[in-house]
Amino acid sequence: MSGLKFAEVEDTLKRIQGYNGVIGTIVVNGEGIPIRTTLDNSTTVQYVGLLHQLILKARSTVRDIDPQNDLTFLRIRSKKHEIIVAPDKEFLMIVIQNPAE
Amino acid sequence: MPPKRPKSRGSSGTSKNKGKDNAKIPAPDEGAPESGHPEYIFPLVLTSATQELFGCRADEDVTGENPYKLLKKEDMIQDMKTRAAVSDFSPVKQTVLEYPEDELLLVFDRDFTYGQGFYLVLTVEAKENMLKSPVQGDDEELMEDEEVEEEEEEDMIVPRTPEPHLWVSLGSEQEVEDESVTESRPRLRCKISPVMRLCGAPVCFSDRSAVDGKEPECPSYEDKSFSIRRMERHTAVQASGDTRHSSTQTLWKFPKNMWTQYKPREFSPEEKEDQLRSEHLKNFLTSVLMRFEISLQQNLIMDVFSDDWAGLSEEDLSAGRAEAQLKEYQSFMDLHFSREKSISQLHWHPTISGVIAVAMMERLSIEERIDNSTKLLLNPSYILFWSFTDPINPQLQLECPEDVLCFQFCPSDPNIIVGGCFNGQVVLWDISAHVERLQDTRSGSEHISNKPDQNNAIPVVRYCAVSGIENGHKAQITDIQWLPETFEVSRLGIPVENPSRLSVQMVTCAPDCCLLFWDLRPPRVVSQSLTDVKQKSEDKPLENPHGVPNTFKHLNLTWKPFIRVSLPKIVSSGEYSPLKFSFRDNTVDYVTADKLPQEAEREEGCGFAQLRVPSAKQQKPLENICTKLYVGTEDGEVVYTDWKMEKDNDSGRLFSAKPTHQFSSHHSLVNTVSRSPFFKDIILTVASYSFAIWKEGVMSGPILMSTCSKVMSTVGHWSLSRPAVFFIGKEDGNVEIWDLLQNTREPSQTQNISTASITCIKTSSSSGKHHLLAVSDHIGTLHILQIPWTLRKSSSNERQNVRKYFEKEEERLEYFEKRQEKQKKEMEAQQLRKKTEPVVPLKQDEELEAEALKGYEQFLALEKVILKNMGLLTETEDQSDL
Repeated sequence: MSGLKFAEVEDTLKRIQGYNGVIGTIVVNGEGIPIRTTLDNSTTVQYVGLLHQLILKARSTVRDIDPQNDLTFLRIRSKKHEIIVAPDKEFLMIVIQNPAE
Repeated sequence: MPPKRPKSRGSSGTSKNKGKDNAKIPAPDEGAPESGHPEYIFPLVLTSATQELFGCRADEDVTGENPYKLLKKEDMIQDMKTRAAVSDFSPVKQTVLEYPEDELLLVFDRDFTYGQGFYLVLTVEAKENMLKSPVQGDDEELMEDEEVEEEEEEDMIVPRTPEPHLWVSLGSEQEVEDESVTESRPRLRCKISPVMRLCGAPVCFSDRSAVDGKEPECPSYEDKSFSIRRMERHTAVQASGDTRHSSTQTLWKFPKNMWTQYKPREFSPEEKEDQLRSEHLKNFLTSVLMRFEISLQQNLIMDVFSDDWAGLSEEDLSAGRAEAQLKEYQSFMDLHFSREKSISQLHWHPTISGVIAVAMMERLSIEERIDNSTKLLLNPSYILFWSFTDPINPQLQLECPEDVLCFQFCPSDPNIIVGGCFNGQVVLWDISAHVERLQDTRSGSEHISNKPDQNNAIPVVRYCAVSGIENGHKAQITDIQWLPETFEVSRLGIPVENPSRLSVQMVTCAPDCCLLFWDLRPPRVVSQSLTDVKQKSEDKPLENPHGVPNTFKHLNLTWKPFIRVSLPKIVSSGEYSPLKFSFRDNTVDYVTADKLPQEAEREEGCGFAQLRVPSAKQQKPLENICTKLYVGTEDGEVVYTDWKMEKDNDSGRLFSAKPTHQFSSHHSLVNTVSRSPFFKDIILTVASYSFAIWKEGVMSGPILMSTCSKVMSTVGHWSLSRPAVFFIGKEDGNVEIWDLLQNTREPSQTQNISTASITCIKTSSSSGKHHLLAVSDHIGTLHILQIPWTLRKSSSNERQNVRKYFEKEEERLEYFEKRQEKQKKEMEAQQLRKKTEPVVPLKQDEELEAEALKGYEQFLALEKVILKNMGLLTETEDQSDL
C-alpha cells in the first residue's frame, strides 16, 4: 500500500517536473527541511532557507489583514525565472520555471 | 502643692458650707478627680470579719449618711497583734502606734472616692475637721437637698452678686512666702584692698593685641564639689533620608568581528523515504497540483510581463525607413600632400575620437615609378592625421621612407604605429610627443590661437625605426597586423604566454609568398648589444636628429623577423602569394593572479625598449590558441594554413608545413580578408568580382558565395554595430551596403560617394554620438559619412538570426556534400556493377545438353511414381513409355 502511494507521489512530482521550462522542484516539510528535490543540495538549501522565511512573512501578512484568510499560493516573477510556492500546514512545495521566451 | 489643695478645698468647702445658701456644697467627693489621696487619709479594705469586730459593718453600722466611726486605738493594736500580717490595719501600723489620741476615725467610703471601701483618717486635725463638718454637714446635707431643690427653682431668679467675704487664710500664703525671696541672714560685707606698699608704686603697662588670643580668660570649669545634672535640654533634631551608595558601569561597546557558521538541517535518506510515503504528503500534493498546473501553463501560454511597447519600437525600425542613406558629414582633402595621390589605407585613432590617420600613396604603376624615381625621392610620402576640428590642415604628418600601403596602431599603445612600405620594409613611428596636440585639437580653436607658430607648421614625425631592407619582404607589404596582447609567439611559432601584456609582435605579408613575424623587442642573443643599448639610452638621450624618440633605437636598420612562414602550394609546386590574411583573435584567461603584471609596467613607449625576449624555457606555451590563418592570395585562392613551424628532422631547419586547405573560390585577387566583429569564426573575403563568407571549421567551401558583380569590388568591411551588415567599396566610387538578413543576392543599398574608386572603408568604433564611416578614394579624398539609424541599431534578435542563418548555410553545405558523396557512391556502384557483369563465365553447350537430359530423366521418374501411386499405370505401359 505504501508502495502504491509512493508511486503516486512520484508520478505527481514527475508530472510537474515534466512541464516545459521547469528548472527544479522542491518539496519541503513544515520545519523547512527539504524532503525531495531535483536540484543540487546547495541550491536546494539556499532556496528553502530563503523561501521558508518569505512564506512565513507572507502568511502572517495575509492573516494580519484578515484573520480568517490564509495564504494559498505565491508566485515570484523575476527577470530570469518564476518561482512558484504552494504552502500548506505541514509541507511546502517550490517550483522554479523559466517562462516562455 | 497637691497635698494641701484638697484640704483647702475641703476647708473652702466647709467655709462655703458656713457661708450657707446657694453654693453647692462640694462633697468630699470632689477630691476624687485627683489621682492620689491626701496624706491624712489612708484607704483601707476591711474584711467582713474586721467589720464585724469593730462594728463598722458596711451599710449597717456605717452608712452613707453616717459614715464615721471612731475606733479605739487599743483595739486596733490588739487586732494587729493577734492577726499580725493578716490584719487589715497592718499597713497603718506605724501610724496607729504613733497616733496621739485614743480614737481614730474610720470613714466609710461608700463611693470609693479613695479607691477603697473605708478610709482611715490619720491626723487629729483632719479627724476633727471631718467630725465637725459632717456634723454640720449632716444637717446641712438635709438642707442641701432642700436648697438644691430650692435652687433649681430659684435658677429662674436673677442671680445676685455674691457679697465679699473676709479673706480667710487657708494656707495659700505659704506658697507665696516660699516663692518670695527673703533674706534669711544678714548680708556679709568684705573689703579687699591691696597691700599698702604696692599702692603708688610705678606700674608698667604693656600692649597686647587681641589677635594673639592670649586674653586673660576665665574659662569655666566643672566644679568637682557638686554636679548639676541637666534635666532639660533643648535639642534640634532633623530627620533625613537614608543615604545610599550606588554605582553603575557602562559597557563599552565596540565593534568586534564575529562570525558564525551554520549548517542546514537535512534529512537522511531513510527519513526522506518515510516522509515521502506519508499520507499527508500525498494529500498535500493532490491538493496543490491543480494550482501548479494552472500557473505553469499560464507561463507557457503567454509571457504576461513582456513589455510590448518596448518591443514595438524595434520592429518598427527594421521595416525600412526612407532615411537610410549615408549622409556626408565631412571630407578631408589636403592640397599640398594629397595631390595626385591616393589613400592606401586609413584608420581611426583607437582612443582619441575624431582623429583619423590616412596613408598616402602615389598613384603610379611600377614602371611609372621607375621613370619618376628621382621625383619621388624629393616628394616623400606621409601618413596624415586628420581631425574633425580642422578640415583644411592635417594635424600630424608621419614621414615614411617609401609609400606605405598598410599601417596599424598598436593595440596596447596607440602612440606606436607600424607600417608596411612599398619596398618591403617595416616602419615604426612613435608619436607620444605629439599626442597632446592631437588631443588638444578636440578642444577647439582656443589652443590653436595660443600657439600660432605651431598652427602653420604641421609637425612632421620621422619614423623611429625601420627594418633592414635585406631582412624584410621582397615585395610590397600588403597587410600588417599586430598580435593581440594576450599571447606571443615563440621562435617555433608556438603561442606562449605574454607576461607583459603588451602587443609586441606583428605579422606582415607580401606577395613574395611568405608571412613574416616581427618582434619589437631587442633580440636576446647578443648580450653585447644589450649593454650598448643600455649605455646609449642612458648616456645620450638626444641622439637622433629630428627629435625622433629613442623607443626603437635598438631595432633601427637591424630589425629582423623571427619567423618566416612560407606558403607552399598543396598540390603543385610553387607558393601562394598572399595579399591579405586574418587570424583568430584569441583571448586567453590567465588563471594565476601572480602572473598579471603590475600597472607600473605598462608605460607608454619606454616600456618597449625595456622589454626583452624571454628565453624559450621560460615561456609557457598556451594551449587554446588557434594558430591558423586564412590567407587571401593574388590568384584568388583562400588558403587555410598554420603558422606553427615544424622541424625538419634531417636538416634541423625550421620549415612551415603545407597549408591544410585551399579554396579557389574567387577568380580574381583577394583584396580583403576580414573577420566579423561579432562572430569569431566568420570571415569575409572580398575579391575583385565576388565575395564569400567562410566559417572556420567548415572546410568544404564558403557558406555563402556571392554572384559575380559587374563592377569590380575594391574593399570590404564589416559593420561594427550590426552583425548582418557589411560594406563593399566599388571601383566606380559606390559603396554597397549588404544586409544578410534582407537579401543575399544583391546589396540592400548602393550609394555613390565619389567619382574615383574606393580604396578603404572603416567604421569608427569610439566616436560616441555619431557613428561614422570613413571612406577613402583613389584621388586622395577622405569622406566621412554618417551611418543612419537603421544601419546602426541592431535589433535584439539580429545576432541570433544571423547566427542561425550561418548555421543553416552550413547545414546546407553539409547536406550538399553528403548528397555529392552519395551521388559519387552511386556512380561508383553503378560502375562496379557494369564491370562485374561480363565476369560471369559462359557455360558450354555440352554441359547445357547434359543438364537438360538429366532434368528430363528426373521428370520421367517423377511421372512414373505418381502414376503408380494413382494406380493408373500398368507395367506394360510403363515399359513402353521408356
